[in-house]
Amino acid sequence: MTINQSGWKPATPVAGPGDTGTTTGNRALMLEEPLIFEIGDSDTTGVDFSAPAQAGAQSSFDRAEEGTGPLPSQGHKLGTLARTAEIGLPGLTEPETVRHYTRLSRQNYAIDLGLFPLGSCTMKHNPRLNEKVARLPGFADIHPLQPRETVQGALEVINELAFWLIDLTGMHGVAMSPKAGAHGELCGLLCIRAALEARGDAREVVLVPESAHGTNPATAAFCGYRVESIPTNDAGRVDLEALQARLGPDVAAVMITNPNTCGLFEPDMKAISDAVHAAGGFVYCDGANFNAIVGKVRPGDLGIDAMHINLHKTFSTPHGGGGPGSGPVVLSKEISHFMPLPYVSRTADGIVHLIEEEQADEFSEEHFGGVMQSFGRMTAFHGQMGMFTRALAYILSHGADGLAQVAEDAVLNANYLLRSLEDVLDAPFAGSGPCMHEAIFSDAGFANGITTLDLAKALIDEGFHPMTMYFPLVVHGAMLVEPTETESKAALDQFIAALRSIAERARAGDENLKSAPVHAPRRRLDETLAARKPVIAYRTPAPDGADLPTPSPVGDR
Amino acid sequence: MRYLPLSDADRSAMLATVGAGSIDELFRDVPESARLSGPIAGLPSHASELAVERHMTALSRKNTPAGEVPFFLGCGAYKHHIPASVDHLIQRGEYLTAYTPYQPEIAQGTLQVLFEFQSQVARLLGCEVANASMYDGSTACWEAIGMARRITRRTKAVISSGLHPHYVSVCKTMARFTGDTLDTALPELTAETDAERLIAAIDRETSAVVVQYPDILGRITDLQPIADAAHAAGALLIAVVTEPVALGAIRAPGEMGADIVVGEGQSIGVGLQFGGPYVGLFACREKHVRQMPGRIAGETVDAEGKRGFVLTLSTREQHIRREKATSNICTNSGLCALAFSIHMTLLGEKGLRSLAALNHARAVEVAERLAAIPGVRLVNDSFFNEFTLELPVEARPAVHAMVERGVLGGVSLGRLYPGVDSLKNGLVVAVTETVTDEDVNALEAALKEVVV
Ligand SMILES: Cc1ncc(COP(=O)(O)O)c(C=O)c1O
Repeated sequence: MTINQSGWKPATPVAGPGDTGTTTGNRALMLEEPLIFEIGDSDTTGVDFSAPAQAGAQSSFDRAEEGTGPLPSQGHKLGTLARTAEIGLPGLTEPETVRHYTRLSRQNYAIDLGLFPLGSCTMKHNPRLNEKVARLPGFADIHPLQPRETVQGALEVINELAFWLIDLTGMHGVAMSPKAGAHGELCGLLCIRAALEARGDAREVVLVPESAHGTNPATAAFCGYRVESIPTNDAGRVDLEALQARLGPDVAAVMITNPNTCGLFEPDMKAISDAVHAAGGFVYCDGANFNAIVGKVRPGDLGIDAMHINLHKTFSTPHGGGGPGSGPVVLSKEISHFMPLPYVSRTADGIVHLIEEEQADEFSEEHFGGVMQSFGRMTAFHGQMGMFTRALAYILSHGADGLAQVAEDAVLNANYLLRSLEDVLDAPFAGSGPCMHEAIFSDAGFANGITTLDLAKALIDEGFHPMTMYFPLVVHGAMLVEPTETESKAALDQFIAALRSIAERARAGDENLKSAPVHAPRRRLDETLAARKPVIAYRTPAPDGADLPTPSPVGDR
Repeated sequence: MRYLPLSDADRSAMLATVGAGSIDELFRDVPESARLSGPIAGLPSHASELAVERHMTALSRKNTPAGEVPFFLGCGAYKHHIPASVDHLIQRGEYLTAYTPYQPEIAQGTLQVLFEFQSQVARLLGCEVANASMYDGSTACWEAIGMARRITRRTKAVISSGLHPHYVSVCKTMARFTGDTLDTALPELTAETDAERLIAAIDRETSAVVVQYPDILGRITDLQPIADAAHAAGALLIAVVTEPVALGAIRAPGEMGADIVVGEGQSIGVGLQFGGPYVGLFACREKHVRQMPGRIAGETVDAEGKRGFVLTLSTREQHIRREKATSNICTNSGLCALAFSIHMTLLGEKGLRSLAALNHARAVEVAERLAAIPGVRLVNDSFFNEFTLELPVEARPAVHAMVERGVLGGVSLGRLYPGVDSLKNGLVVAVTETVTDEDVNALEAALKEVVV
């Protein structure tokens, strides 16, 4: 049955003057694509099921194959709950499916297409070897509950990656199961909370710098802590004095990002850690920016108690348009023994053990003198195996020399951008010295009400993904530019030329910037309308399109 | 190093532009004492693609892939055939190497896919709306409990004994820190689910009842009476689906009154991968959407009036609301959501129903054959593609004994509920379309040998 029974589709209006409209709405390689609900129907499928091998097969199979009777009417074991109502799922044949998703893919920008300088996100090249090894059947096609003797290689991968993460960070232990950075933050804070509870110390407050990523305060609140913010000083660093003044018996932890979200190293990190420890608290480090120091600095030497590592940033696992990620958390000796279950541990006999609830106590007795007291499970299985294989291949490919070179080139590229642009863009912290792996600019000096958003949208027209905008909150109209080490000098030079010209136009107050982009698959989108009257699932439209959204009179179009 | 484009000449020229005499000058904010003097100890130096591939391949060979043996494991992760075009399409660089769609003008591909994914998920689970994915089923489950707490302002969740024990563990971990109390129980090897216990446990403090459908033993229970009882007490019903293919054959939880339906989407489009990455499904009633965690794509128009999609309702999220956000989630499971959506588009209604029917018919056949083995009892009256057998012996050693016979014969309840005597003879067997007649013969033969 057709799902879009009215057959209605939104018109693709002809654009402004000078734009010759086409019948299809397509413009050469810029291709429009309807929703699957508009082109698919419930009688079409792109999957064939082979007939059962044995002769005289049960009729239930036959009817299921033919699609005439989706379920055997008798002999089924579905009780009274067999589905009768239509689900309303559109199907397409394989060629139509391949075309739908290929056409849509062309409306996306990606690292494979060019520089993607999204500060804090570390959009570096994703090596294809890593994709290949993750797909080896011995990794891709194993079940999380398979008996341990059939998955020794997988446990070895986890153990080997864990070993290198500890080596690279100089920490004591690592929890591998967290699913992304924010999940890692949760893991680290739960270890800290467990450690405090174990010593009967109920503390209520977590201190988070103003410049922190939103996940930091959100995580702290999720763990039941009250969040208090600590100011950033004029040099873009944590205000050490304000921090020290606030420390006390109620502070459970301080969450610091280092290198911080202004792209600067916190030179007082060790002093901060010492002060927090002296006051009985713990130090959480947001390791999202580890790329700047990997192979050069070990967070373990800075007094940190817990730090997540976004494998999808520093260790190049692809971001996939929003995920998946992986967020292992390295831990200090003081809190390692609270790490979540399950964990992996190799014993002297070379066997790698997967420690779940069941073995936890006994294994702890036998191998850790009884100290392991995991706070519990954070996810159903053992973490993001598909990301572990990729990250391990990345680490082994680079080696000790290559990883240090990664940090050096990432920092060099960022400083090159900073110094090539600081005469046309306000760089609030440039005076205080070099940046680390990302350069931050503000909107100071833009004329005529031109904003950071306008500049970003103009970069789109130049064929680049914009930088991170309006983050961190401590810089007005912030633009956080992170080129990463996988960009060539030629690519940087082209980006610099484009950004310079846009910055000059912004300072001159060029009104045209306010309508950028004009060359992208879409002009600016009406976000106010989207939030005011949310349409977040497909609904068959009325034939005349009467129930369709009308643009909002105001808003950020 | 093959991934680093800068040449030494580039580096010198760039250092000159920057005005630094050496790269070390750029690291001057790092105190000397914290800087390593040479390459990090222990880690070897860089390696060729060939060498790394060899190393990884050797490790992979120490595992037994599901596709190489008769394979019957389920309990939250299922082996299904994934059409070749799914993996091809998700490896397109435009999807694989894009970030979260923060710049919608150049991310319409990802955004439209997310909108389609949300629509497919909402329909499949029988709900009005869905989000753009969570990490996995287990984390979606505890996020649902948190959402129910916010909506009802109550803190007691009544958890069915049929909820996956690892999901229960995750909820227990979180409850310790969020102040929720969980009313839990162990399952029994009976055909009846614990619907009656759940209904009896609902009171005025109850935020939600959490029921897995089909449950950990494979049983299917009518959710409507539980939903009615929950609603009468002002509580919500959360349904948890770990095998979404089942919904091609049985009624959707949303149709039976569930207010929030979460699930593990791995079965559709995503490989087993030893437990991750998977894709958490999250759907609910439209009136609760502002309490939903996670990203949401929504429809809008651009400055020329063309339809387009954006991330929306972000005032729920951490980057706007910080400590007041509905969740701390940021990175989700985007690429797995894409895989789910492509596979679901290939299946369509017709294909999903055929796939579900095939799974069910195969499972019914295998259950009958195994239950005919002397001493083996089929626990379930109802099931989809997974059922529980009570063996005359402990199931855990039986599973290992079957491994020795080259068969991955199921998940023992001893693995999932260690130390629980009443469950130790339970074996959960999953049968999907990937199972061949030879596989069934092998399982039957192996089980016969190990139960005597
Ligand atoms: C500084 C910082 N902290 C934390 C996070 C959260 O990490 P994830 O998105 O992996 O959950 C991010 C990334 O988005 C980040 O940039």
